[in-house]
Amino acid sequence: MLRPEKGLTIDGFTLGDPLHEGGFATIWAVTHPLYRTPMILKAPKILDGDDGPTIVGFEIEQMIMPRLTGPHVPRIMGQGGFDSLPYIVQEAIPGHSLQSRFDMGPWALSDLLETAARVAEALAALHAQGAAHLDIKPANILTRETGEMVLIDFGLARHRDLPDLLEEEFRIPMGTYPYIAPEQVLQTRGDPRSDIFALGALLYEMATGRAPFGMPSKMKQLKKRLWLDPVPPRFLRPDLPEWLQEIILRALEVDPERRYQTAAQLRFDLQHPGQVVLTARGRKLKPDGWVTLWKRRRRMRGVTRLGATWARADVPILLVAVDLSPEGEALHDLLITWVRRMLTHQPDARVALVNVIRTAILGLDSGTDAAGQSIHVSRLVALKHWAADLKGGGLDGAGMNGGGLNGGGLDLPEAQLTFQVLENSDAAQAILDHAAQVGADHILMGARGHSTARRYLGSVSAKVVAEAAASVTVIRAPSPGAPSLSAQTTGAPSPGAPG
Amino acid sequence: MRLAVLTDIHGNAEALTAVLADIAARGCDGMAVLGDIVGYGPDPAWCVDRVRSLGCVTLQGNHDAAIRGSGDDMSTNARLAIDWTRGQLSADQADWLAGLPLTAEMEGLALVHASWQAPADWIYVTGEATAAGSFRASRARLTLCGHVHVPQLYSQDLRGMVAGMRVSIGQAMPLLLTRRWLAVVGSVGQPRDRSPLAAWALVDTTAQEITFRRTPYDCGATALKVRAAGLPEALALRLLGGD
Repeated sequence: MLRPEKGLTIDGFTLGDPLHEGGFATIWAVTHPLYRTPMILKAPKILDGDDGPTIVGFEIEQMIMPRLTGPHVPRIMGQGGFDSLPYIVQEAIPGHSLQSRFDMGPWALSDLLETAARVAEALAALHAQGAAHLDIKPANILTRETGEMVLIDFGLARHRDLPDLLEEEFRIPMGTYPYIAPEQVLQTRGDPRSDIFALGALLYEMATGRAPFGMPSKMKQLKKRLWLDPVPPRFLRPDLPEWLQEIILRALEVDPERRYQTAAQLRFDLQHPGQVVLTARGRKLKPDGWVTLWKRRRRMRGVTRLGATWARADVPILLVAVDLSPEGEALHDLLITWVRRMLTHQPDARVALVNVIRTAILGLDSGTDAAGQSIHVSRLVALKHWAADLKGGGLDGAGMNGGGLNGGGLDLPEAQLTFQVLENSDAAQAILDHAAQVGADHILMGARGHSTARRYLGSVSAKVVAEAAASVTVIRAPSPGAPSLSAQTTGAPSPGAPG
Repeated sequence: MRLAVLTDIHGNAEALTAVLADIAARGCDGMAVLGDIVGYGPDPAWCVDRVRSLGCVTLQGNHDAAIRGSGDDMSTNARLAIDWTRGQLSADQADWLAGLPLTAEMEGLALVHASWQAPADWIYVTGEATAAGSFRASRARLTLCGHVHVPQLYSQDLRGMVAGMRVSIGQAMPLLLTRRWLAVVGSVGQPRDRSPLAAWALVDTTAQEITFRRTPYDCGATALKVRAAGLPEALALRLLGGD
C-alpha cells in the first residue's frame, strides 16, 4: 500500500501540498490533467490495530457520496481501494465551515433565518436522494460562493438503497453528542428526521448562543435527551419571537413523529414566519417542572426504540390546491369528497392545503383590501373554514356531500394538516414551487370551467399537470350533457368543460 | 463490461427463456453460466442446447457432473431426477456436460459453481464462515458462485472480517474498492428464497457494481411439465413457492 506524499501520482491525480491533518484522515490538494476544478484528496489514516470506525466511515463515504448529486454535496472525481491507496478525490469547497461563525455567539435574526433555511434546503435535497447525513453539525457545513450550503463528512450517513456498513459493527450511538437525535441515541440509523433534530439544535444555538443540551461527552448524559426538555430559547433571550421558539422546539421534539416531517416544511416555516401556527411550545417561558419531568422520565424508561428508517417514504404528502373564489365554489364539495376518499386509502397522509393570492405582475400589492383587512389573513381564515368540512366539523359537511363518504368526519390532527397562503403572479407556478418545497407526492386540484378568467389567464391545472414532479389529480364537475356518473357528486351546475 | 451471470438453471426452459429475454432487453456485453444446467427440471436437453448456443463461459455444477458420475451423495429427489435426466440427454450432450471446467477467471473475477475453497467438493456458501473459506482461497476482487439457490452478498474488509449483506433486488450494489466481494447468485430454474421468480445477477466491472435481479416466468407451466415427466411431486411444488 502507498503512503500519500507530495508529488505522488495515482490514477492520474497528482498530490500537491497537504492541507489538513485530522484525527482520522489527511487532506491533500490534488490536480488532474482532465479536471480544472480545484480538488482535494482525502485519505484515511490507517493506524495500528483495530480502527474500525475510521475505515468503515471512509467506506461509507466511498459508497454513498458518488450517488449524490447537486450543489449541496461535493462532487466526487475518483476513489481508490486498499490495494494501492485508499482515497476519495472530491471538489474543493473553499472557505470556512459554519463552525467559525458559531464560535462568535448568537446570530442576528435575519442571518439565522437565511442560513438555517439554506441548511434546510440542503437537507431536503439530500433526503430527496434517499440519504440521511446523521452527523449534522456546524463543522460539517460549508458555503459555496453562490450561497448554497454544502454538506460534508458522510462517514455516518445512511442511504436508503444501500447496506448499512455500520449497522452490525458498533454498539454505541454514533454522532456528535451535542446535536445527536434521541432516536440515534437508541440506535435507529437512517431516519432523515434525525437531521431535522440536529438542525433544530443548530437553530437553538444560533438563537441563544448555547447548545440546547450542553456539551455532553458520556452516554449517560446522552440518555437525558429522551426526557429532559431544553430550556426554552425565550427564557434565555426574551426578545426572541414566539414563532421562532415554536420552530426550534418543534424541530427538537423527542418523538420524530412530532417534529417537522420534512426539511422542506421546516424551511417553509423559516421563510414564512407569519404562518407558523403557535402552540404552547412557542409560548412557554420556562423549562418543564419536576413533576412533568419525573413523569416523562418514567414513561421514556420503557421506550427502547424511536423513529423508523425511511419512515417518510410511507407517509405521502397530499397537496390540495383550493380555489376560494366564487367560481371555485362549484367544486368545493367534490374536492372535499376526493380528499376524503384519498384519506381512506392513506389515513396517515399529510394534507397540505394551499390557496394562491394572485399578485399583480407589475407594481406592488398593498396586501390590504379596501376594508383595510390583510388579504393574507382573510384567505387563511377562509382556508381554515374550508377545511372545517374535512375535519367533519363543518355545519354543512354531511349534508352537501352527496357522495358515499360523509358522516364519519375525518378529524386530522394538527401535524397532519397544514394551511399555506401563497402569493404569486402565476398561480400554477406558486402551486408547483410549493409542491416541490414540501415534497408533495400528489397534487389534488379543481379544474376551472369555461370562464373569462380562464380564457385570459390560461389553465392553471394544465400547467401543473405538465410540469409537476408529483402525480396530479384534476377534479372536474361532470358536464350536464355527459352520461351520468354524477350521482356521487354535488349537483353544482357547471359548464363542465376541460380546465 | 456488463456481465450477466446465470446459474442453477436445472432444466427449466421457461425460466431460462424469460431470463435471457430480460438480459437482452437490459443489454450486456457478456454472459457466464455457473453450472447446474440440468437436474430437477423437465427440459434438460433443451437447456443444454440453449446454453451451448450462447457460446459463453460455462462451468460444471454437481448435477452436471453427476450425469457421467454418480448421484450417490445426492438427496433422494435429486438422485431420482438425475437418473431420469440421463435418459433425456444424447451422448453428445452428456459429453459436453462432463467436459465443462469447474472454475474460470476473467476480468479480475473468479467464477465457480460451489466454493472457490475446493471447487470439486461442492461446498455450500451459506454463511460468513463458509464465505471466509472462499475468501481465503481466492485472491480475486469479486468471486461469483451459485449452488445455494439463495442470492447473498459477502464482503471481506481490510481487517479480514467477513460480513454478509442484505441483498436488495434491482438495486445496484457498489462493490467498494476497499473490500473483496463474494456474490452467491440465486438460481434461474429453482429459487429457494420463498420467491418463485427466476434469479440472476448483472455485474458491471467498470462501475464496480452488482445488481441482483429477479425475472417472472410461467412457473405453473414448468410445474405441470415436472409432473407430466413423472418426476417427484415435491420438485413441481417447489417451483411455485420458491422454497
